[in-house]
Amino acid sequence: MSNVYVADQPSAAREGRPSGRLLEVEDLRVEFRTRDGVAKVINGVNYHVDAGETLAVLGESGSGKSVTAQTIMGILDTPPGFVTGGEIRFHGKDMLKMSAEERRRIRGEGIAMVFQDALSALNPVFTVGFQIAEQFRVRRGMSRRDAKIRAAEMLDQVKIPNAKQRVNEYPHQFSGGMRQRVMIAMSLALDPEVLIADEPTTALDVTVQAQIMDLLGELQRERQMGLILITHDLGVVADVADRIAVMYAGRIVEEANVYELYAKPAHPYTIGLLESIPRIDEKGQQLRTIRGLPPSLLKIPSGCPFHPRCPMAQPVCPEKLPPLLQLGPTRASACHFAEELVNRD
Amino acid sequence: MSDPTSGSLVTTPPPEQPGVVGDTAPVGAGLPETKRDQPRGLLGDAWYDLRRKPLFWISAGLIALFVVMAAFPFFFTSGSPNDPVGTGLSRSLEGPSGDAWFGTDILGRDIFARTIYGARASIIVAVAATLGTVLLGASVGVLAGFRGGWVDALLSRIADVFFGIPFVLGAIVILFTFNPEGAGSNEWKIMGLVILALCLLSWPVAMRIMRSSILAAKNADYVVAARALGASNSRIIFKHLIPNCLAPVLVYATILIGAYIGAEATLSFLGVGLQSPVVSWGVMISDSQQYIRVAPYWLLFPSAFLVTAVLSFVMLGEAVREALDPKLR
Repeated sequence: MSNVYVADQPSAAREGRPSGRLLEVEDLRVEFRTRDGVAKVINGVNYHVDAGETLAVLGESGSGKSVTAQTIMGILDTPPGFVTGGEIRFHGKDMLKMSAEERRRIRGEGIAMVFQDALSALNPVFTVGFQIAEQFRVRRGMSRRDAKIRAAEMLDQVKIPNAKQRVNEYPHQFSGGMRQRVMIAMSLALDPEVLIADEPTTALDVTVQAQIMDLLGELQRERQMGLILITHDLGVVADVADRIAVMYAGRIVEEANVYELYAKPAHPYTIGLLESIPRIDEKGQQLRTIRGLPPSLLKIPSGCPFHPRCPMAQPVCPEKLPPLLQLGPTRASACHFAEELVNRD
Repeated sequence: MSDPTSGSLVTTPPPEQPGVVGDTAPVGAGLPETKRDQPRGLLGDAWYDLRRKPLFWISAGLIALFVVMAAFPFFFTSGSPNDPVGTGLSRSLEGPSGDAWFGTDILGRDIFARTIYGARASIIVAVAATLGTVLLGASVGVLAGFRGGWVDALLSRIADVFFGIPFVLGAIVILFTFNPEGAGSNEWKIMGLVILALCLLSWPVAMRIMRSSILAAKNADYVVAARALGASNSRIIFKHLIPNCLAPVLVYATILIGAYIGAEATLSFLGVGLQSPVVSWGVMISDSQQYIRVAPYWLLFPSAFLVTAVLSFVMLGEAVREALDPKLR
């Protein structure tokens, strides 16, 4: 492979050169200072999303995918969580250097978020219409009546039947799938440029999952938003995502577009993830899993953090941390043997 | 609750008819639906809900009656609370009769008139002290719970200090310091002092209730979600935290009204609270207890009024709490 180079070149980007990216996370580092020690939750994450593009962030629990999203939104619990380095650029401006007020203004209008559990993410004492309308009233200065009409339109856009009546109902009166639609309507109310969906379908049953994903995809195309889809479900992302970033122990271990990733994963962890999807043509066989457990973030293994669980580990793996190697225009992998993996037949 | 999933496809039945199944709902929902088109906030919805509760109307009616009684006692009785019914003590300790409906006390005074006039002091003290306690306690609790850290630690310790003062002892100290014996007994001044003493010695309970509710609600997803949508701190406190944390304090407040009428009586009995010639139910109850065997009606009537007043406030609190909780609608 000729076009292999190290992707970490922060200096060029840091000179204020507008990269034209909508949202860009660069070398983000977050740690949780807990009583048991410092947990390095995010160790240099780089990713970006452009308008009209869907990036899926994939990883096990504790891989740091949600914490990255919380840091972008500015809702990280501090303490214990602290951002120790890196940049989050929105339209080229570093959000971590903005004042609290500037950041607050970006929330909702620039970047919005859909939460996993819509029942707990909606205020139980207000009608859904009131909660959506509140944003129009506060941020857009609309009258109560106009705001309510707009709220009903929002519910209609997320395909809630009978939106005009349901706007007066409370979150607990909605079913799980409908509630998630309400949550999406609420996040989209102020027309954000980037939507972060943190496991939006995890709390739903399978048929509803598909509907919600279709809806998200549709709304994203319509509005040409950047969508960051955080999930641990490989099945969910296949249809919707343009690119996939796989996270492990607070790092991106592989980034590729959907077809490349599914066809030829370039990191042993991704291979493990893909193999552990149950398959209909392998009936009767034992389900394959990745052996071992995700590492404790208080004590991340030396070298490549995946080496204790890696079936292809070599002596070099515990010694040296593999950098994220660019393997092609759209793909990168943080494995010492990425090239071999890509070049295998 | 009917199956929540069916609710997503059809109009949910109006809450007054929980048994109605989805397909018949549009017929039944015709009338309320037009009314429900009005944009309303939390309080509007609560009021909409309260209006159809008999419990609310009964308690609100009784409370209104007591308030009118406190404001205009002379509408209810032509008797005087302090002058004897007959000449001198000629009609002392008489049972209920035509011109003294509730009987007379040891000094020959009309118990009915005294009970009516007693409503003023009792209700003013109880309601004002409850409002003061809840407002003070809840605002400190919100501040402590929301800010956390050293603010929380400081405010909690201050609350602990006040919590540690024994109630009766603390009240005696406050009332004696600001109203030494023989300093004259201005009715309003003593009432103010009693209210102050009750507030100062009881706010830590309201503070703790509020603080713990806020702590529980502060990390709820809907608060994080509101923040992620760009809500400011004051909006989060007033729109998300307080409406969700109100119920426990509200329940405490209704209980407190009853307790305060009793506490006012206790202080009067100890000689530091309201004194004759001011009349209150507490003063009457404490006066009557030595004569409970010869004149039980003297104790009975003011106590009955007190119990009714307390009950009305508790019922009102319960109705309001239910109305504010959308899950019970």
